Amino acid sequence: MNGRLFLISGLLSILLLFSIEVLSQDSLAKPKPKLIKEVSGNFRGDYRYFPDKALYPDQQEQYFSMVFQPEIYLEWNKGKQILKYTGFARIDQYDNRSTHADVRELYFQFVLKKWELSFGAKNLYWGVTESNHLVDIINQGDALEGFGLNAKLGQPMIHFSWSPKWGTIDLIAMTYFREMRFPGKHGRLRPPFDIDYSNTTYESDMEEYNPDLAIRWSHALGPFDLGLSHFYGTSRLPIFTTSDGQTFSPHYELINQTGFDVQAATGPMLWKGEIIRRESKRKLILALVVGGEFTFSNVLRKGIDIGIIAEYNYDDRGLESINALDDDFFFGMRFAFNDRQSTDMIGGLIVDRNNGTLRYFAKASRRIGNSWKFSLEASRLDNINDQEFLYLIRNDSFVQISLAKFF
Amino acid sequence: MKTTTKITSVIALGIMAVAFVPARTGLEIAIAAEKSDNGWGNSTNKLTMTLTNRNGQKTTRQMHGYSMEVDGDGDKSITVFDTPVDVKGTASMTFTHKVGDDDQWLYLPAISRVKRISSSNKSGPFMGSEFAFEDLSSSEVEKFTYKYILDEQLNGVLCHKIERFPLSKSSGYKRNIVWFNKENYRVEKIEFYDRKDALLKTLTYSEYRQFLSKYWRAGVMKMVNHQNGKETLLVFSEIKFNVGLTDDDFTQNALKRAR
Repeated sequence: MNGRLFLISGLLSILLLFSIEVLSQDSLAKPKPKLIKEVSGNFRGDYRYFPDKALYPDQQEQYFSMVFQPEIYLEWNKGKQILKYTGFARIDQYDNRSTHADVRELYFQFVLKKWELSFGAKNLYWGVTESNHLVDIINQGDALEGFGLNAKLGQPMIHFSWSPKWGTIDLIAMTYFREMRFPGKHGRLRPPFDIDYSNTTYESDMEEYNPDLAIRWSHALGPFDLGLSHFYGTSRLPIFTTSDGQTFSPHYELINQTGFDVQAATGPMLWKGEIIRRESKRKLILALVVGGEFTFSNVLRKGIDIGIIAEYNYDDRGLESINALDDDFFFGMRFAFNDRQSTDMIGGLIVDRNNGTLRYFAKASRRIGNSWKFSLEASRLDNINDQEFLYLIRNDSFVQISLAKFF
Repeated sequence: MKTTTKITSVIALGIMAVAFVPARTGLEIAIAAEKSDNGWGNSTNKLTMTLTNRNGQKTTRQMHGYSMEVDGDGDKSITVFDTPVDVKGTASMTFTHKVGDDDQWLYLPAISRVKRISSSNKSGPFMGSEFAFEDLSSSEVEKFTYKYILDEQLNGVLCHKIERFPLSKSSGYKRNIVWFNKENYRVEKIEFYDRKDALLKTLTYSEYRQFLSKYWRAGVMKMVNHQNGKETLLVFSEIKFNVGLTDDDFTQNALKRAR
């Protein structure tokens, strides 16, 4: 774990305890506030198998790892004060970089009718589309948890949210930047070169302490969900620089990013779109994703819902974009069995319109008994064009079996 | 003179008779039922759902809910899942509308994401139960057409028996038969007929309690599926009214915080 983050979390906790003290004194006049305390979480074992020969030395064919995700939730004063902690830790059989822990969330929240004020590390998600998350920018992706960056690192912030009649306004000041970390030399799904995190550079003179700022308006207006956001601060995605061609150092630029996301529900159809304009000193980029999902519900009266998803991705970074969704179509299919074991499946493929690069994925999960969950995941890379970033991980198709115990 | 008086009284009696004749058309009964429940404001409850399969094996789910009456439109509600533990904290929010599709969102705590869900899915099962989504959403008068059948005794209670036909094409039913208690308009029983007009399910309401000396709420709802032999029992507890919920408690932020 990042030492400085740990220190900040610690200081924050002390601050929180102090504020609880103050606040509870404040409410002494009222009836004694009722404290609600919930502890929950899960343990999970993952087994991952890579059928293709490793490209780089020290990489393995199969990996076992264990994941622990605890959650502690405290609420008092009729829900007006909340303290929430969500932790994450993975122990990997071979790769000591992939063995990592993170504070996904640790925040104190004060709630009053139309507004919320939070201090601490939070996970905020913005956006609507399935294949790409362009507008989502607050949290750094946890690249140790997968190339799709769906897992996010906790972001320290002060977050004010106000919900008048005409939507919700979020104001966020981010106090500390979290670097993206990639699997180490024993891990798969990584670039071939060594990454020297001790030489990370920033455009901002304040480096990782640059105060990043964001504002967002969002509104649910009948069948529409709209969001308009602006972010100013350090880009979440690194650029790699090298002097010897062997060791690469991450560099983080300052960016201004404006994003717009929209969703409309018309009967069984959900229309979705996200567009961003990102400007740095180096360049201006535009990217968008548009598409939709059609749901056939209760198919053949068997209670099964089948969703068909289609999206188009464009990014004028072209081959420079890290997720390589520069001119790609996504087609997916989702099955929800709506049975007592909550069986779900999703599968899809992403195809590059220009060079034919193909990515397939499938995921399925099913509850066993009352508190266990079994899941399967597969990812396949095919016909990867040697100009794409994905070319570096072209042999890292995998299948994964997981079993989780919830408490 | 005498005759005139007689005639007048007959007319008067006639008018009184008309005035005291209970609502006769199905629509009038449905409107009267809705009216009798107007003004309940807002409430919270806990809910235990027990699923029983053909072999008698039982599975239990727990959840709790918040709901609020909206002037001139359908209700707003939030349902939070407590068990099974892997879906704990998952919450759904529904804005029911008298006309058109409802608005529905789902909060998935594992990915901190609120997703809008297509609400045209009415006939699908709720959480693997024998209740379809449409059986649990508030039955606004405007969502059906009606036909009065007759008044009859049901377990010793005099009821209006009416037929109602869903207007939505995505409904799983051709028709329902509903027994409204004649005295207080609470629903005692519903029979659901599938699209082929075969009897699919029977829902019975029991353990009614009155709140704020006006509003009746069933403590138990039992759904029996005649076609697959499965049953679902809903047991409501800790029903509270006037809990101070407002529009501010039914926003996406509130949905994320819902516990």
